[in-house]
Amino acid sequence: MSEARIDHMTYLPDMENIGSDIQDRVIAAMESYDPEKYTAEDVRAALEKDVLTPEDYGALLSPAATPLMEEIAQRAQAETRKHFGSSIQLFTPLYIANYCENYCIYCGFNCHNKIHRAKLDYSEIEKEMQAISSTGLEEVLILTGESRKMSDVEYIGEACRIAKKYFKVTGLEVYPMNTDEYRYLHECGADYVTVFQETYNSDKYETLHLAGHKRIFPYRFNAQERAIRGGMRGVGFAALLGLSDFRKDAFATGIHAYLIQQKYPHADIAFSCPRLRPIINNDKINPKDVHETQLLQVMCAYRIFMPFASLTISTRECARFRDNSIKIAATKISAGVDVGIGGHGDNERKGDEQFEISDGRNVKEVYDAIKAQGLQPVMSEYIYL
Amino acid sequence: MEKDKLIIGGHEFDSRFILGSGKYSLELIKAAVENAGAQIITLALRRANSDVDNILDYIPKGVTLLPNTSGARNAEEAVRIARLSRELGCGDFVKIEIMRDSKYLLPENYETIKATEILAKEGFVVMPYMYPDLNVARDLKNAGAATIMPLGAPIGTNKGIVTKEFIKILIEEIDLPIIVDAGIGKPSHACEAMEMGAAAVMANTAIATAGDIPAMAEAFRKAIEAGRTAYLSGMGRVRDRASASSPLTGFLRD
Repeated sequence: MSEARIDHMTYLPDMENIGSDIQDRVIAAMESYDPEKYTAEDVRAALEKDVLTPEDYGALLSPAATPLMEEIAQRAQAETRKHFGSSIQLFTPLYIANYCENYCIYCGFNCHNKIHRAKLDYSEIEKEMQAISSTGLEEVLILTGESRKMSDVEYIGEACRIAKKYFKVTGLEVYPMNTDEYRYLHECGADYVTVFQETYNSDKYETLHLAGHKRIFPYRFNAQERAIRGGMRGVGFAALLGLSDFRKDAFATGIHAYLIQQKYPHADIAFSCPRLRPIINNDKINPKDVHETQLLQVMCAYRIFMPFASLTISTRECARFRDNSIKIAATKISAGVDVGIGGHGDNERKGDEQFEISDGRNVKEVYDAIKAQGLQPVMSEYIYL
Repeated sequence: MEKDKLIIGGHEFDSRFILGSGKYSLELIKAAVENAGAQIITLALRRANSDVDNILDYIPKGVTLLPNTSGARNAEEAVRIARLSRELGCGDFVKIEIMRDSKYLLPENYETIKATEILAKEGFVVMPYMYPDLNVARDLKNAGAATIMPLGAPIGTNKGIVTKEFIKILIEEIDLPIIVDAGIGKPSHACEAMEMGAAAVMANTAIATAGDIPAMAEAFRKAIEAGRTAYLSGMGRVRDRASASSPLTGFLRD
């Protein structure tokens, strides 16, 4: 590719700069975090505490903690049950468009990947939502590829308005935008916003996000803060584990959420914990050193550090791992997932998927699997206010 | 002894155990209510807003619903949830829960007073969850609250009545039923609240996280009954010093 790579740390003209200091604080914390310095004693001392400090959290993410996973999982489970009881929330993502202006080398939607592109029109969105709603789900997460041109804010807003007819809760996982745009989408019915930072290592970030708005690291970083200021009830955080040093990325993700919660104590906080997945035309993409043990370690660390936060387990993981993770740390699980464009119910598939999923179970199957563990599937936990 | 009734907003109850319905399987609610002998059950309205597995379908008939406004961050949102609750057929009782802190879920007293005033005027039986503060309790009473529900400890912590001295003041000074809510972690805590003169106890997490939920509900019922009976029977005072004689005033009887 011959595109000139612009400075990834400089805002583009239309990007709102809210002047937050949180990015500097997160990066400083991450840079001083040395996962290798902890001992098993540090990990045990962290587990003894009622409320963990960022330092304790670092210990839980360290290699020294891996052999203590059973103890860690037990503490995580106790926190999960204390804060969420047996409730497990169900939802499904709905991809309404896969046009993308970004060039992120690990993503199936990247603008140079030759896949079938599509965008659902409003009647197609409604049909997809009807099909999803008929499975009993009451929460939908609307996703697009990141193209302001093909999926503008008004288009996403209309999708939210349609969603409000069929769902109690609507979330968004779309390109980062300005505060007033988040406010508009909240008024259209969206309630929470998830933005994956992918990696908090800005040098690595620069090499993975070669073009498009997404290349601008700080604009993406401050998206959650703008979303809260725009009136969203909650915000979600994630690093795509495996892109860079996953321990440092998980540490930064937790500190990011921690500082946002301190600054905006009313906001609901959520984590996702995606690992890299193979994509169309590139089967070499893999999560490298993030095995299931490490993934569970990260999930438990999120849970123990911020026990009140919602934790979503992705369909990137297999049914066995997902069913076990809801016993321990996860509180939210997707079901009946299709990461392509169109294709719910009898609707026609129009565009290719973002990545390969590993758990293709339908809503009823996931619902029954939750029940079988003595847990309570919950379709909707919120009222749009 | 005269029949001992709990009276809330003109409604009479024999049971002084308000049971929570969150955090456990819907199928267990019926058994928990029965074993608890509970006549009032709380539920998060946001859970009654679902078309699948609606919690309302699992609550036995005849039990008074006490929907709460959890999820509200200010008075306006609490009022909207309460009105929705009435529309959904959950009755006129409402427990006001307003939190602006997702970490500790501590109640927001100032907004709670505002919501109480609005909802009491609309005819709700308003039961505000609050941080135990005497001035706030007086304001809540003046705003039309039917009861006051001070927290014993941060919600979900099972730490017992760590705000004991402040709740005692409310019991002493406020002429409304004082219902200890949040933090009650085991039956002995519930018994302690009742011995102090609390009108009732509300518990959820302690029961929801028990190994045998219906059995724990029964244990709480017994503890609450024991504490109430002890309170009514007039407990012997606990003294810090022995007081066998009257060394200073004995001469008056000489």
